[in-house]
Amino acid sequence: MSLDPATVKKVANLARLALDEKQLDFYGNHMNNILKFIDQLNEVDTEGVEPLSNVSDIALRLRDDVVNDGNKQQDILANAPEQTSGFFVVGKIVE
Amino acid sequence: MTKLTDLNIVEAVAARKKNEFSCVDMVKEYIAAMDKFRGLNCYITETPDLAIKQAEESDKKYAAGTAGALEGMPLAQKDMFCTKGVRTTAASNILNNFIPTYESTVSDQMNKQGAVLLGKTNQDEFAMGASNTTSFFGNVINPWKASGARSNQQLVPGGSSGGSAAAVAAHLCIAATGTDTNGSSRQPASFCGVVGMKPTYGRASRWGIVAFASSLDQAGIFSRTVTDSALLMEHMCGFDPKDSTSANLPVPKWSQEVSGSLKGKVIGVPKEFRIDGMPQEIEDIWEKGAQWLRDAGAEVVEISLPHAKYAVPAYYIIAPAEASSNLARYDGVRYGLHVDGKDLNESYKMSRAQGFGAEPTRRIMIGTYALSAGYYDAYYLKAQKVRRKVANDHVEAFKKVDAILTPTAPSSAFAIGEKSDDPVQMYLCDIFTSPASLAGLPGISIPVGLDKENLPLGLQVIGKPWDETTMFQVAWALEQAANFKALPQEVA
Repeated sequence: MSLDPATVKKVANLARLALDEKQLDFYGNHMNNILKFIDQLNEVDTEGVEPLSNVSDIALRLRDDVVNDGNKQQDILANAPEQTSGFFVVGKIVE
Repeated sequence: MTKLTDLNIVEAVAARKKNEFSCVDMVKEYIAAMDKFRGLNCYITETPDLAIKQAEESDKKYAAGTAGALEGMPLAQKDMFCTKGVRTTAASNILNNFIPTYESTVSDQMNKQGAVLLGKTNQDEFAMGASNTTSFFGNVINPWKASGARSNQQLVPGGSSGGSAAAVAAHLCIAATGTDTNGSSRQPASFCGVVGMKPTYGRASRWGIVAFASSLDQAGIFSRTVTDSALLMEHMCGFDPKDSTSANLPVPKWSQEVSGSLKGKVIGVPKEFRIDGMPQEIEDIWEKGAQWLRDAGAEVVEISLPHAKYAVPAYYIIAPAEASSNLARYDGVRYGLHVDGKDLNESYKMSRAQGFGAEPTRRIMIGTYALSAGYYDAYYLKAQKVRRKVANDHVEAFKKVDAILTPTAPSSAFAIGEKSDDPVQMYLCDIFTSPASLAGLPGISIPVGLDKENLPLGLQVIGKPWDETTMFQVAWALEQAANFKALPQEVA
């Protein structure tokens, strides 16, 4: 199946990518080629097959619900494009 | 006299212990070589001052008798590994100025054994690619040149860990880390004539490695020899509570076991890997590899991995889906590139659009689509089911065999620019490495010969889960038989 331009635009918005019409067209074409390639998965009978999400034979662990790290405010802010008084700064979000 | 940059780790450690040179001497030779071959663009960030300082410390440790297993060895880290105080970019504009305040577990463990950091190697952006042509910092150039008609072409080193593979091949470091999500530490090794391997999923901690596709990502290593690979992996692997998928299993002393006998071992050759259009010389060298293993005492049998051809298409749903989720963290607020927009939402969109290059953008788009409402079952769930079938094929095969032998890649190094118009053609470079990645298995590529254009070819050995030991032993036997000593012309 082929993606229409509106769907490509919607996906770009969901992915928070500012793409212009030309870019949407470019990526839309590539997506269609890739999806066509991926369509061959439908040749595989997967009736009753359990999806594989963890390839390891080792189950995920739970750790104790305790604080084991902290006091790293400066480290966490060290790469922030803008910070003030120990906070990240973002643009205006309410009018 | 042998150049210090020609020594492998086992040789260099032994010679250093006999005081034949100082660690500072060796590091300085590497820095000079990096200077000479800067045109290959192997490194994104070079750290010569840090390297000399670390080498001085290593010399003190040798004098005091407290040297670690990798003491003074000049290594490079792929730019996916967070290195404290040293810029880590994942070859992306979006992390162009990112300086981690912490060290990845793998590089930390290497540092504790005395490793010296020469710099951070170039790669495909976010490790997405098979040719190292998607880096924000430019292409890496393979130090090997084809003979004959294509001798004036610049060749790709493979990808995504192309800078690491090319740096090891050109003797610009003694070994280098890679990451491997779908073949990124094996296919470039094949293209560059070096050893490249990935362990079983869960062996090496993913903590501090820039996340791409978390259910597949593993640390890898490029080296000159199988024994070096085994030695490095011994120190890179191990349980880490900071990675929820890290295996709490003892790590064998692989470097001491590589020369184990293959008598009684059964090696499988998957018939589905004889694909249409594969060059005859790759078929031939594969058969030669099988014969070498027979000569070493192993039995070689044909096996079937009937779903292997679906590994790449399944991968191109699973990896983009996980990548779109992992890369959602790049918001231009907490770290990374920030572009001002009229409001927060526009700022996110502009930062991300300018920060990500074409390949991550393409994969984020595919992944977002595959995970979006109404399509999840048809794509992501379907791909995970196919992944189970690919993995089960290996479970069945390993009931009969101890390891699997295949070519690493369906071609030798191709020219820069080739395959770049059609992403699907590029994706097929991983056709032989993808199945083991989906199945979470250890794999290694060993250089075994040159093709008619004098370009290196590699064979891949795939092991059972947690049985890197047998994988290394098979690889070592191939290495002994192949006796591959060729070097890129300008390096020799």
